[in-house]
Amino acid sequence: MSSTPVLPGGFELPLEPRLPRIGAVDQVALEERAASLAKRSIKQESKRFALELAVRMMDLTTLEGSDTPGKVAALAAKAIQPDPADPSVPSCAAICVYPNLVPAAVARVRGTGVKVASVATAFPSGQSSLAVKLLDVEEAVAFGADEIDMVIDRGAFLSGRYAKVYDEIVRVKEACAAAHLKVILETGELGTYDNVRRASLLAMAAGADFIKTSTGKLPKAATLPMLLCMLEAIRDVHDETGRVVGMKPAGGIRTAKQAIQNLVIVSETLGPDWLTPDRFRLGASSLLNDVLMQIRTQKTGRYQNPEYFTRD
Amino acid sequence: MTRVPVNKTYKLYVGGAFPRSESGRTYEAEAHNIAQASRKDLRDAVRIARGATAKWAGMTAYNRGQVLYRVAEMMEARASELAELCGGREEVERSVDRVVWYAGWTDKIAQVLGGANPVAGPYFNFTMPEPTGVVGIVAPGEPALLGLVSRLAPVLAGGNTAVVVASEAHPRAAIELAEVLATSDVPGGVVNVLTGLRDELAPHLASHLDVDALDLDRGDAELERAAADNVKRVVFARGDTQSPYEISSFLELKTVWHPMGQ
Amino acid sequence: MTEELAFRGFEYAPAPESRSIVRLEDAYGLFVGGRWREPAETYTTISPASEEPLAQVGQAGPEDVGAAVAAAREAFAGQWSALRPAERAKYLYRIARLLQERAREFAVLESLNGGKPIKESRDVDLPLAAAHFFYYAGWADKLEYAFPNRRPRPIGVAGQIIPWNFPLLMLAWKIAPALAAGNTVVLKPAETTPLTALLFCDVLRQAELPRGVVNIVTGDGRTGAALVSHPDVDKIAFTGSTEVGKAIQRELAGTGKGLTLELGGKAANIVFDDAPLDQAVEGIVNGIFFNQGHVCCAGSRLLVQESIQQPLIDKLKRRLGTLRVGDPLDKNTDVGAINSAAQLQRIEELVAAGEQEGAEIYQPPCRLPEQGYWFAPTVFTNVAQSHRIAQEEIFGPVLSALTFRTPEEAVEKANNTAYGLSAGVWTEKGSRILWTAQRLRAGVVWANTFNRFDPTSPFGGYKESGFGREGGLHGLEPYLRFDGDATEWGG
Repeated sequence: MSSTPVLPGGFELPLEPRLPRIGAVDQVALEERAASLAKRSIKQESKRFALELAVRMMDLTTLEGSDTPGKVAALAAKAIQPDPADPSVPSCAAICVYPNLVPAAVARVRGTGVKVASVATAFPSGQSSLAVKLLDVEEAVAFGADEIDMVIDRGAFLSGRYAKVYDEIVRVKEACAAAHLKVILETGELGTYDNVRRASLLAMAAGADFIKTSTGKLPKAATLPMLLCMLEAIRDVHDETGRVVGMKPAGGIRTAKQAIQNLVIVSETLGPDWLTPDRFRLGASSLLNDVLMQIRTQKTGRYQNPEYFTRD
Repeated sequence: MTRVPVNKTYKLYVGGAFPRSESGRTYEAEAHNIAQASRKDLRDAVRIARGATAKWAGMTAYNRGQVLYRVAEMMEARASELAELCGGREEVERSVDRVVWYAGWTDKIAQVLGGANPVAGPYFNFTMPEPTGVVGIVAPGEPALLGLVSRLAPVLAGGNTAVVVASEAHPRAAIELAEVLATSDVPGGVVNVLTGLRDELAPHLASHLDVDALDLDRGDAELERAAADNVKRVVFARGDTQSPYEISSFLELKTVWHPMGQ
Repeated sequence: MTEELAFRGFEYAPAPESRSIVRLEDAYGLFVGGRWREPAETYTTISPASEEPLAQVGQAGPEDVGAAVAAAREAFAGQWSALRPAERAKYLYRIARLLQERAREFAVLESLNGGKPIKESRDVDLPLAAAHFFYYAGWADKLEYAFPNRRPRPIGVAGQIIPWNFPLLMLAWKIAPALAAGNTVVLKPAETTPLTALLFCDVLRQAELPRGVVNIVTGDGRTGAALVSHPDVDKIAFTGSTEVGKAIQRELAGTGKGLTLELGGKAANIVFDDAPLDQAVEGIVNGIFFNQGHVCCAGSRLLVQESIQQPLIDKLKRRLGTLRVGDPLDKNTDVGAINSAAQLQRIEELVAAGEQEGAEIYQPPCRLPEQGYWFAPTVFTNVAQSHRIAQEEIFGPVLSALTFRTPEEAVEKANNTAYGLSAGVWTEKGSRILWTAQRLRAGVVWANTFNRFDPTSPFGGYKESGFGREGGLHGLEPYLRFDGDATEWGG
């Protein structure tokens, strides 16, 4: 974890008038490149590795108003042992819950290696005061969260108050203490890839350990071009400063095929060093069972039936 | 042993499906019960046609051309059925050929109507035709098939969607054509066919504020007056003709300027 | 975790595209007058990826060419001209639909015989070929709208000679407008890539195209020369090297025959400092490595604004490392085989010249197969305008990178060539795109993209890249005669 965030080259204060001039991304070309990478076909052996990697990278998520300790307990059990019929399937990276459910989550995963990630900062809207957001983070950390997934203030970003967005991230990072910080950009609200690139650079400058696409509350947020756009920003920061920032796509990844496409794009853009849960996570809920089905298909040679996999 | 045939029920074609009229009415034409559309059916059809505009106009011109060509393929396959419902084999063949003719225009009309304009200044200036949107078609009374095809094909070729008031006296050819459209990869809602009474339906089509253009079977002062309320483009069917200018009647021209400088 | 550390990237799977979808004959004749004609002389056509012989094809001699022209003339004078244009259109629509139906078969054969990656033949060559037939089918009965007041009529028999880089697509570019305009044709595919043209004859059979409307005569340069010099051909359309194009132009001088030429290029891909860098890299890579750089309009010169030279070249070199060179039939292959031993030799010679001239060569680590003709993707930096590798067309996966300081300098360098086929411009600023496009002496300008083709979009060059346009309404013109052609003064 880097204690002093380093600004990527090209940034100079004052921030407000400068940021819109930074980081042009051509939509058509970006989408074509992502589509072309999606056509890669990987070997059977690599596919099995990729599927198991996808499980190990998963932040199994439940973020509903109706979540209860019982629901979270079931989710934790699933994250620890995704397929009871096949104990060789590894555990997920983390479970991701609302702050109120962190104690229940922590109690269940203690001693297993599965982390607890908590959303915070008035998730999902981010439309509250800084004081409220910081208290939200502090409480989640006090409850035992290992990771904090914060949202940026999109209202501030879209009205050009970039310094406010930046400052909030810096303050949240402080409040996280030892917890690692993922910064959710909510790409579906930012409008253009140019804005996504700017928000990515801003978040990394302010100290994000991970940048994340979405809250999962908007439809279809983590598209392949969006992933590629953010990975290119991560690569540029890494090239210029050596700083490693991870990436988490979340929202709309439902099938194993999509998960593998995500991993291929990471591999071709950033290299195999990035294919680890320390640098890449998949935020998902229904994805896990599809990946488990594919793993079993790979092992048995037979197409599977979703009924044979647990729903928690 | 005598075999009792299974008779067809004639319904409306709206949103890619075949519903009955919400009014539950039918009228008799060509010795059959035909669904008699109400103004509410028309209201729904316009709403659905509007909803379908983004998808149809958003397809590439090439794709639209292929869909129209597929309509011709499906019409050709049903030629004998269609022939029984209109003037005969020759009318069907001319109708198919007309659809093929218009299918070939989708990716060419822009080159004939639009282009770069050599303005007196350091500006790049170009004109592009775009579909006007939802077109209300009051189909000619006859010929039952060729009349409708001659009006519908240019509307579709231009990227518009349509709400059709079918020929009152000869509606079955229109419904058979709708069945062709339903099997031709035409997205649901792009064409909507309402059978019923012309004088009951046409005024609601003409006065509907969410219809962009009105294609009339003949001059009709009352309908033309109603159309003025939202400045609809009013077009008159020109008989047995085919021309790119039938398409351009339903296109808007957009001209864009951009400076040329370092 | 040892498993992770051992993992050095995904291994990509071999192609499921099996060759069995293509039924190859042992030998092919010449397609003349709707029938297969036995050639007196034959040669072997191979797969450049493996040097495996694929089939025997005909080496058409002067009598064969004569028979083909006579068949074309007979069809033109008879059945083809007698058809109403709307009916002629329907044959072209049929051909388009058949190519769509048999697309996979053709794509596999194209990659096998020519060496290009299957993902290109499948995703670019075949869809575009079908689209060209579909597009021109629509013009056949609308010519009076394309050329109002000029009473367009067909010219007669067209002789068409096509290259080996996009065999089926070039066939479509030639045949579709010619037939739409009402002509009949004799087409000579390139010597090294005859097979998709020969398979196309089966599409013609399925489409029930009247005999003699399309005739295919395979062979080397001698066959082409016989076609060019045949007195009963009304027009020649040639796509190929500038050198041969000039020879044809000389040959036709004084004969009154129509001629269109689509020749070589040395296109500049201009990257300004405000260009979206990662996407510009994609455009550069596509510009020179698409189809192994065997593209007349390839962006073979990179003109990068000096202020961003370093970051751009660094990104480019890194990107080259992800290019996969290998079996054309493998879906994951990005760069296929060089088309022939002769072409490989030309590339090697010019690359050696580049090194001698003092340019700096970069090639990513690349394991090339033992058999077949292969060349690793190559970038030269520190190239000067006076280097051979900045002037001569290499026609291979070799990029020459030069720098510029101002927009004027970029345009000057871009235009400083005898060629003028295409150019690329990368910048975020719209007005600069248009300013630059206005000044570039090139027939096709791609802004923030590259290698985009469409049947509606006219394609062709300035200067020694040839004359005449293919695609769009303009692509019909060379195949028509008009009222007002060649009238006397005072007439």
